[in-house]
Amino acid sequence: MVKEREKLLREIMAYDFAAIDMQLYLNTHPHDVRAISLHNCYVNRSRILKDMYERLYGPLTASSPYPRYPWKWIESPWPWEYQ
Amino acid sequence: MWIYEKKLEYPVKIKNKNPKMAKYIITQYGGPDGELAASLRYLSQRFSMPTEEAKAILNDIGTEELAHLEIVGTMVFQLTKGVPPDVLEKMGLGAYYSDHDHAVYPVSASGVPFTAAYIQSKGDPIADLHENLAAEQKARATYENLINLADDPDVIDPLRFLRAREIVHFQRFGEALGIVQEKLGQKKFYMSKPKEEKLAESNKEAYGLKK
Ligand SMILES: [Fe+2]
Repeated sequence: MVKEREKLLREIMAYDFAAIDMQLYLNTHPHDVRAISLHNCYVNRSRILKDMYERLYGPLTASSPYPRYPWKWIESPWPWEYQ
Repeated sequence: MWIYEKKLEYPVKIKNKNPKMAKYIITQYGGPDGELAASLRYLSQRFSMPTEEAKAILNDIGTEELAHLEIVGTMVFQLTKGVPPDVLEKMGLGAYYSDHDHAVYPVSASGVPFTAAYIQSKGDPIADLHENLAAEQKARATYENLINLADDPDVIDPLRFLRAREIVHFQRFGEALGIVQEKLGQKKFYMSKPKEEKLAESNKEAYGLKK
């Protein structure tokens, strides 16, 4: 389960990174239609995966829409603890 | 404002301890060309940027640098976690251990604590963007030095990612500079401060034409 969780998290990280890189590019090329559609594609894919992750394993942000008892936000691992 | 996401921008998973490498890498946490300096520099300069593109690029690169600060901190943490004091001492971290134990603290490789004197926020967008271009190149060069010192692929991999980001940031700052220069028009921009006559005076002075 730990393996599966990390695999999904890495996939989210990859899409989010692609989106950030596109975002920076678009800040200086705001009229590039193709880049905007690529950006949106990465963001949408990431949203779907994040929703799946938060349902299965717990919140990625404290304002996750799946609050559970007890408060899951504090649960390890924190991002620096995958060793 | 910012919202924390419980993930790194790029994965860090270092299996082997290496305090000596941590002592070098920490310079990108709190050193002169490190990620803390970068983030603070861009997030401060963004307030006085004159175009939408430049505000956005400084805001967003400043934010990404915080994610890089976290990556570097994670590397230092994992490289030193649980290493006994006598080993830290042998690896050149005795002084660091005295002050900070196994904590992560912003210092340079030579142990100088972080200072805001590393950065500038000039209120002159042309000057600021030039500083940022230089900062990205200095950070790239530092990552290359660190890659040369490293031999563990777990360490080299995130360092290579961070190096690549400096190149992208340099590119984006260059584009922002072009946009700012075009929008303001060099001549008109310098009209506002100092006044044209004052500039002419100082030029005369510089060339020794003023009696
Ligand atoms: Fe950077």
